[in-house]
Amino acid sequence: MSQTAAERFLEQYRTFESNGAGQSPEWIKKLRADAVRRFEETGFPTTRDEEWRFTSVKPIFEKEFALTGQPDREFDDNFIDPNAFRVAVINGKFSSENSVLEGLPEGVTVMSLAHASASHPDLVSRYLGKQAATGGNAFSSLSSAFLRDGVFVHVAAGVEVGKPIEILFAAVEEGVVEHPRVLVVAEPNARLQLVENFVGDEGSRYLRNCVSEIFVEEGAGVELCRLQRESKSAYHTATTHVKQERSSKFDATLVVLGSLIARHDLTYVLDGEGAEGTLRGLYLLDGKQHVDHNTVIDHAMPNCQSKEFLNGVLDGESHAVFTGRIVVREDAQKTDSKQSNNNVLLSESARVDSQPQLEIYADDVRCTHGATLGPLNEDSVLYLRTRGISEVEARRMLTYGFGVEIIDAIGIDGVRESLNQMVRDRLLVEV
Amino acid sequence: MIEIKDLHANVAGTEILKGIDLTVNPGEVHAIMGPNGSGKSTLAQVLAGHPNYEVTRGSVTYEGKDVLEMEPEERACEGIFLAFQYPIEIHGISNAYFLRAAVNSVRKHQGLEEYDTLEFLDVLDEKLKAIGWDDSLMNRPVNQGFSGGEKKRNEILQMAVLNPKLAILDETDSGLDIDALKTVAEAVNKLRTKDNSTILVTHYQRLLTYIEPDFVHVLANGRIVKSGGKELALELEARGYDWIKTDMAAAV
Repeated sequence: MSQTAAERFLEQYRTFESNGAGQSPEWIKKLRADAVRRFEETGFPTTRDEEWRFTSVKPIFEKEFALTGQPDREFDDNFIDPNAFRVAVINGKFSSENSVLEGLPEGVTVMSLAHASASHPDLVSRYLGKQAATGGNAFSSLSSAFLRDGVFVHVAAGVEVGKPIEILFAAVEEGVVEHPRVLVVAEPNARLQLVENFVGDEGSRYLRNCVSEIFVEEGAGVELCRLQRESKSAYHTATTHVKQERSSKFDATLVVLGSLIARHDLTYVLDGEGAEGTLRGLYLLDGKQHVDHNTVIDHAMPNCQSKEFLNGVLDGESHAVFTGRIVVREDAQKTDSKQSNNNVLLSESARVDSQPQLEIYADDVRCTHGATLGPLNEDSVLYLRTRGISEVEARRMLTYGFGVEIIDAIGIDGVRESLNQMVRDRLLVEV
Repeated sequence: MIEIKDLHANVAGTEILKGIDLTVNPGEVHAIMGPNGSGKSTLAQVLAGHPNYEVTRGSVTYEGKDVLEMEPEERACEGIFLAFQYPIEIHGISNAYFLRAAVNSVRKHQGLEEYDTLEFLDVLDEKLKAIGWDDSLMNRPVNQGFSGGEKKRNEILQMAVLNPKLAILDETDSGLDIDALKTVAEAVNKLRTKDNSTILVTHYQRLLTYIEPDFVHVLANGRIVKSGGKELALELEARGYDWIKTDMAAAV
């Protein structure tokens, strides 16, 4: 089965390379060819692969996906942040006409990745595909093989963008596969807030296979808020690579509400002394949703800090998988790392597989990790009841608090407020 | 107000309360004192309806109603309030939101219209003024990251807003320094009326210097072994609990 699916993608690649992708610069063509070779070697993963034990990709490939959708698709303005600079990605391509970028400060570049590859080849080639090539999987290889367009965000040294930049990945057409690509470079001491917002049309079945590469250079600070609201019949595979240099800060919040099957591989490489990386996540699942987060926090240098908190609320027959690897390399003394994955199961048919993995090669480190799953804390339920709140309402309120705790830490005001309302509507409002 | 008769209760199969008799009338303050493990906190938890405590015998009647038949939330709505010895942290829920939900539950039960956000803020403001506190705790998640003193203050604030007829304060003085203790005690005194009653559960006499009880009861080994006026608390302070144990042993 998966062999056939892989073959189909290879055939699609050959057509793609001989047709529309032809005008790309040579170095992009080479990047694609290298990626397709990697994909050919690995094929799609199966549940026999350790990293994919709990997630079968077989259902994704039961039907074929076309590589391109209708070029003149109607665009729904689903931006979440009312105050941000806006970038629209439609059919995997940067859409200038639906983007709003007036007033970007000097030193901030936001443009089509295809254009950037042609106009700034030296700059883009220094970063593009560098991370995905080493730590990737079959899906990130496919992303590079079909690399065509996406978004390039570059913030020059010392520049503060001032307002968030929101990238809206518009709904994908039924039966289409899209490989949108994002490349973010924050030069030394730059400041950037970024929103990745994925939306879909309810009921629509498609595959969105995303790769984002984020470079946070010395002393820079980047906050990312990633909101996944795909159609609940759709598939979402994603790779996020973050590389942090000395004394940089990177802070991400992932919110997952959509998709039927989702797999997100997320890697932070703390590659300079004193870097701080934070990852918060919230997934709210029901029905037959399956969401797999596979995270690697790689402490390569001393005196770095990482914090990772993923909370999940699961209803119906949904299934969440969390694999959280923390690597502390030999040189990474004085590492301070925290990780937790807590889940509230609202139904007896919901399921969680949570596996923290510590690989520690240094001796002077502090690493804590923990996972919980189950219903709510009964002492908390009682406390609310002794204040007159009914048991049903108490449970609902605690579930909401558990979820919204992640949201409340978001530093992008417009996103935090909208998400708070979304989580409230989902978990708190009377059913 | 409340009449407790021959109350027996178990936790995990062990009998902790072994026949408590206590009547509290409107306007009265009763202090329940006793050594650690005497059952003081169990009594407080049983009255609030903690599901881990099993009542095996006896009755509790509150304003003519059988308390033991009521769910914890019903008891709260009927005007029974327990200030927890160890207040629980509730993540993600602001104090203001929590308090409004609580007040509205009680109002709904009483057939009153629920407060909207603005109305509630007015009520809250008024209550804070009455006890002389500011609103610094209101926008923080319930008890999360609060100091010991802040947690206890927060219990009293909830009490002020919910305006119970019967307040049970479980070791509200524990872990407080003298200034925090005074602040809390002053607030409790301001909330006293001729119609509401208070049961103070405490190990030490020091709280009773600031909140003067009408009656003091000594609990030992699951029973009230001695009752008296506020002078009994002073005697306990001076002599400790051992003489009561000795008296009891002599009586057996």
